[in-house]
Amino acid sequence: MFDTSRQANELADIQSRLIFLKVGLLMILVLLGLRLWQLQIRDGVYYQDLSRNNRTRSIVLDPARGLLFDRHGELLANNIPSFQLYLSLEDVQDRDVLLSKLPEYLNVNVQAISEKLSTKRRRGRIKLKSGLTLKEAALIESHRIELPGVAIQPEYQRNYPLGAYASHVIGYVGEISEAQLKDPEFLDLQAGRIIGQYGVERTLDTHLLGETGRKVIEVDAFGYPKRSLSIQRPLAGNDLYLTLDIRLQRLAEDLLGEESGAIVALDPWNGDVLVLASRPGFNPNDLSGGISPQAWQLLLQDSRHPLTNRAIQGQYPPGSTFKIVMAAALLGTQTMRADDSLTCHGSFPFGKRVFRDWKRWGHGSVDLTKAIAESCDVYFYKVGNLLGIDSIATYSRQFGLGSKTGINLLSERSGLVPSSEWKKKNRGEPWYPGETISVAIGQGFLSATPIQMAKAVAIVATDGQVVQPRLLKGVRLRRTGNLKEEPTPSTQQLSLSPQIFSQIKEGLAAVVTKGTGKRAQSNIVSIAGKTGTAQVIALKDDDDKTEVAKKHRDHAWFVAFAPVEQPKIAVAVIVEHMGHGGSAAAPLAKTLIEAYMNVEVTTQAFRLKTEG
Amino acid sequence: MMPLMNDNVNRRGLDTFDWCFLGIIAAIVSIGILSIYSVTNSGSSTKFPIYLKQTTWMVVGTLAFLVAAGIDYHKFARFSYLLYGVGLILLIIVLISGKTSRGSQRWIPLGPFMVQPSEFIKIPLMLTLASYYGATSREGWLRRLIIPGLIVLPGFLLILKQPDLGSSLGFLSIFLVILLTVGMKSKAFGFIVLAALMLFPFVWGGVWGSLHGYQQDRILSFVDPSSDPGGRGYQGLQSRIAIGSGQLLGKGLYGGTQTQFKFLPEGHTDFVFAVFAEEWGFLGSLVLLSLYVILVLMGLEIAFNAKDITGSLLAIGVVAMLGFGVIVNIAMTSGLAPIVGIPLPLMSYGGSAMVVNLTALGLLLNVKRRRLSLL
Repeated sequence: MFDTSRQANELADIQSRLIFLKVGLLMILVLLGLRLWQLQIRDGVYYQDLSRNNRTRSIVLDPARGLLFDRHGELLANNIPSFQLYLSLEDVQDRDVLLSKLPEYLNVNVQAISEKLSTKRRRGRIKLKSGLTLKEAALIESHRIELPGVAIQPEYQRNYPLGAYASHVIGYVGEISEAQLKDPEFLDLQAGRIIGQYGVERTLDTHLLGETGRKVIEVDAFGYPKRSLSIQRPLAGNDLYLTLDIRLQRLAEDLLGEESGAIVALDPWNGDVLVLASRPGFNPNDLSGGISPQAWQLLLQDSRHPLTNRAIQGQYPPGSTFKIVMAAALLGTQTMRADDSLTCHGSFPFGKRVFRDWKRWGHGSVDLTKAIAESCDVYFYKVGNLLGIDSIATYSRQFGLGSKTGINLLSERSGLVPSSEWKKKNRGEPWYPGETISVAIGQGFLSATPIQMAKAVAIVATDGQVVQPRLLKGVRLRRTGNLKEEPTPSTQQLSLSPQIFSQIKEGLAAVVTKGTGKRAQSNIVSIAGKTGTAQVIALKDDDDKTEVAKKHRDHAWFVAFAPVEQPKIAVAVIVEHMGHGGSAAAPLAKTLIEAYMNVEVTTQAFRLKTEG
Repeated sequence: MMPLMNDNVNRRGLDTFDWCFLGIIAAIVSIGILSIYSVTNSGSSTKFPIYLKQTTWMVVGTLAFLVAAGIDYHKFARFSYLLYGVGLILLIIVLISGKTSRGSQRWIPLGPFMVQPSEFIKIPLMLTLASYYGATSREGWLRRLIIPGLIVLPGFLLILKQPDLGSSLGFLSIFLVILLTVGMKSKAFGFIVLAALMLFPFVWGGVWGSLHGYQQDRILSFVDPSSDPGGRGYQGLQSRIAIGSGQLLGKGLYGGTQTQFKFLPEGHTDFVFAVFAEEWGFLGSLVLLSLYVILVLMGLEIAFNAKDITGSLLAIGVVAMLGFGVIVNIAMTSGLAPIVGIPLPLMSYGGSAMVVNLTALGLLLNVKRRRLSLL
């Protein structure tokens, strides 16, 4: 039944309630408006940032690393293409799934990758593996859909065509470490960047690095590129020409062979390091490709210390090679004249001790030339005693001992020049005059690195010009393509008269012509040098030296320059545990010098031809 | 409430109110198609792009609108139970042989189209409830609550079973708003609340267990969406980023990077508001929100001025359906409510919803135009 009055009442009832519905709906809609204000106005900038990051990926374009050449343009380090496996963290949906899937396609160290993935970072790229085989790269590419965030990128990998040769000088590269990232030195470098980690790769890194480019691309939610927003091309690093003569360097290392030791050869006039050899070495290709922790441990624990650059880090007693400095001190202080003679009976009693000469029966009457040539110990015991330790120390420092040469390599050691002051400070004891006698023949507290000895003999060769050994000869600037020669370093002149040097040189020449270094005598070039034997442990006179374990045997030294009349090369050779310098080290120096002079002769002839 | 118009106008013609009403609907639908165009036109060029499909549905919906507005709603009301019954049968057919998508059965294939009965049954529901309360005295809670409740329950359960949480809540909201408007005695209301509270653990257990994984995820992710941008909260976060990054003026048409590059899924359906808000900013969003507000206010005006209970409740049902859709959709896209899968009325892509919404609005205009016939 239709009841009009009931209808009217109830309609009015409904109408009265509509106001509540209206107010309620409006309140909620106003709330929504406020929410939109909150999102779009109050937090709009924040969400704007989020949306930018959502759709854009910034890809760092690594520049090609500068090439390394030797002084003649021989290639030392270049870049070869290789496949790298990268992961964009923001595109990874499930890290565990990814970890379980990766080994299906390529040979990976799951644990190492899982450590890399355990990072808290949510953005950016990390490198999972480098040096993928073509097959692995193809497999990954074809399964990209199942591996979101994973990408293969062809990149340049550092390559050292010479293998282990000159490894300590050239060094190697590697991914920037977490510790390095925090270092202000690497402030502008990003994680994942390959930088020099050792050798000139490390110290000349700023030249070699180049400038990274940057590509900003827009991606969709699956991480696939949609379009490129901006691109800034990378600028390759500068090519560097080192002072090394790689032909000589190889020869030097081959001469050392399986023995441990070092050979340094300098151009005495400008400090060019022609050879900086240290054996044993390592293959930088293994280290630059991301060495496994196990292999790295093996290398670190190798008892022969292949990672030590003996040429600049090995601190050895200079032995009789130190007599060069002693001679300079003797003449410089005018304690004796060169032709003053002393008598050697084979021993020098001092206090309660007796210091012996290497030649049991003595050298008889010796002047400076004979003392150097025959390496008479007694002569220098007496000279040392006359000079005193502090005078010896002063002259040692003038010849560059006791301080770093400043060659552009890390971890150079300074050796040690002892003095009375040094001993008081470091040992809390006074200097005993008996200790001076040991220092006089290059033993005792005294120690020097091979490069220091090469520098010292170079100073003699140039009649007192002190140069800083240098490794960088020229830079080919990538921006201009021009080769810029490094300026010749300034030299310092020692305040010793040329006469003193000619007297020392006379002795050093006699070493090779008729003294202890006869095995360095060459038919094609006049060589001056000094043998040395660095005592490892003190032996009793009657010990049969052939029976001594090799690790206790003496180190063999030979320092030399050539040609005597117009020196072009200064050399220091040390061969560990090989006994007398005259037999073990001198022939190496001779071969090296002959090779250098040969090549010098031929290049000169070539120059004359082209210029004529 | 003030009537917007004079009682003595020509009932046949359209007055300012009517034109205004139509204009707002046209504006909202156009904005929707524009946004769908913006988000789907890039990429593959199919023969029949989504925005054209939506335009087609708009045309179909306009026809439905004209029919719904033209024929006296009392005639519809007379067939309401029958229509509701057909709706229930369709829902049962969906459950038996419906098209399954993303774990739920919602569609019946009809030629080249997919029909969503859970949308269509809303119209018979409004008509049924309006004619029920119009014809029956509301004395006693049996007549007021239990009988209409029993009418609503099978539809609600069938939609929930698909499962389609959003649609079932939308379905229920029509009933609840009408129920609130017809009036509840405080005692009866208290009893319902008490019963609901007591039943809550059982309902929760049953409902939660019956929810699909993605629904559970959506509710869970509502608790803390920032915790896992790649996982459960992804949609919500991307939606908020889209809306927020629009800032005051928006990124311009086709400039919505969030949606253009598919960081935000379902940009043309449930998250169309985020697309719009990203491209048109706060100002655009306010304009759109205002359009909806005006539409809702006009609907309430019509309900207030309706000549009888059936008309008034029918108008309230339409307002409830639209209001619920707008509020829940915007709340969920802006991170105020869990993502439950409610399309934005008149804007989200979807033929069934478009036709149903336009039909409902047609009924609204119908109620308005016939309010003077008896007085």
